[in-house]
Amino acid sequence: MNRSGFWFVVPFLVLYAAFLIAPMVIGLGASVTDEGITGHASFVGAANYAELFQDPAVWSSLGHTLVFTVVSTPAIVLVGLAMALLANRATPERWLYRLAFFAPYLLPVSVVVLIWSWLYQPGFGLINDLLTRLGLGEVGWLSTDGMAMTSIIITTVWWTAGFGFLLYLAALQEIPRQLYEASALDGATPFQQLRRITLPLLSRTHQLVIVLQVLASLKVFDQIYLLSGQGGVPGVRSIVQYIYESGFTRFRIGYASAISYVFFALIAAVALLHFRLTAPKASKGAER
Amino acid sequence: MRAVAALLAVIWLVPLAWALDTALKPESETTRIPVSWLVSGMSLDAFGRAFADGSLMAWLGNSLLVGVAVTVLTVAVTSLAAYGLSRTRFRGRNMVMALLVAGIVIPPQVLIVPLFAEIVGLGLADTYWALILPQVVLPAMVYVLKKFFDGVPRELEEAAVVDGAGRLRVYWSLMLPLARPALAAVAIFTFVTTWNNFLWPFVAVSDPRLMTFPVGLATVQSSYGVRYAQVLAAALLGGLPLVALFLAFQRQLVTAIKG
Repeated sequence: MNRSGFWFVVPFLVLYAAFLIAPMVIGLGASVTDEGITGHASFVGAANYAELFQDPAVWSSLGHTLVFTVVSTPAIVLVGLAMALLANRATPERWLYRLAFFAPYLLPVSVVVLIWSWLYQPGFGLINDLLTRLGLGEVGWLSTDGMAMTSIIITTVWWTAGFGFLLYLAALQEIPRQLYEASALDGATPFQQLRRITLPLLSRTHQLVIVLQVLASLKVFDQIYLLSGQGGVPGVRSIVQYIYESGFTRFRIGYASAISYVFFALIAAVALLHFRLTAPKASKGAER
Repeated sequence: MRAVAALLAVIWLVPLAWALDTALKPESETTRIPVSWLVSGMSLDAFGRAFADGSLMAWLGNSLLVGVAVTVLTVAVTSLAAYGLSRTRFRGRNMVMALLVAGIVIPPQVLIVPLFAEIVGLGLADTYWALILPQVVLPAMVYVLKKFFDGVPRELEEAAVVDGAGRLRVYWSLMLPLARPALAAVAIFTFVTTWNNFLWPFVAVSDPRLMTFPVGLATVQSSYGVRYAQVLAAALLGGLPLVALFLAFQRQLVTAIKG
């Protein structure tokens, strides 16, 4: 019995096959050809893969992606956690914190980039105006590669810290209030409560937020591409951006597909590592 | 503590407040040095001009159409699949479960080049279908809904089956109403993701009449030239509907993200 269940899954499988499996297969096929804009493609074996490991642009864009991930992830996680701890207290203005901290996350990337490139303007930009008033010099926020990466990370923290904030807030609200009441009777200070109760009980949330953040950061494209003026500035280019440029501005479909596959292997490795690290802990939790 | 919280909130709101402030200024005042928050002649004119420009309304219309279509299709397709996986044991079920997990790991970004080639091959380039169909595949949502259905006691259903209701009937008139909170969470999450998605819509269409709001706004950024008040007014008009939606559906969104 229950064979009928298969038919419930059919619409999903059709879409899955058409728009996930098919492009995976097409990409794998293209990655061993020299397919370009003409549509004509001849088999080149592993040549694209060999080329990409020698391509300095692959390594530099991978480097920018890793720098972006390594710097922005701790910042986003810590800011999100701080926001949640600050907003979780029962004050009348709580709704305002939720709005302020989470609203940026709901904005499309182009709105975020417009607002921030406006703030980063030389002269009449709000940030440089403040620096001038404080007697500090102006900063060319988007004018050099190093500063541009810093500015991109600041913008990203503002934009996405709300995601971790929301997850932490939900986790904080599940911690039983009695734990705090009991420990307060025993004379625990708020700082001790934070260190001994709150942070340990958030450990699963830390893991979740960090992994989601790392995976999202490795795939960064939008804000780097848009904040650097949509021209593909090599000094801040991310790996997904290099895939985009190889495929859509240099029309090297085969080569872009090969980079996509190697990048996919990297993402899959991070995801697997996460499963490996968390699986034993999850089963231990179930035993208790 | 309260002061720190307030300070952080103010810092987080300043960029939005400054964008709003600029949008309220006459264009000639937007680039004046030194900067000032209050200038004479502040008005809603820039918002009026952004509306009158026409392309803003077209982008928002496209975003709404694509967002609603993707959301409706996603909820329909994922809830059917989740019900099937939760309640029946058919041949190949384990393979479908494995596909789900694999699908969650595949980043859409690695598919853009071959997916675009496929869309061109299907003759769907520069159509709404190119924007809608590839965004529907959301294995994670099947997972969320399956977990929800797993938690619904089977006795409820068995009573209905004894009454002679077919599986599709049970799904439609018993499970879907029960799953309303989970479905709302999936719907809101899908809509927000689709509304804000940039890379695929940016790649998929080049016809300006089909552009969604994030793509359209990014492409005119340079062509609007020095009309800062107007472009920021357009950005705010397009960005704020979701903030309003969030205020209305806070709880469902949190559930969806946690799932």
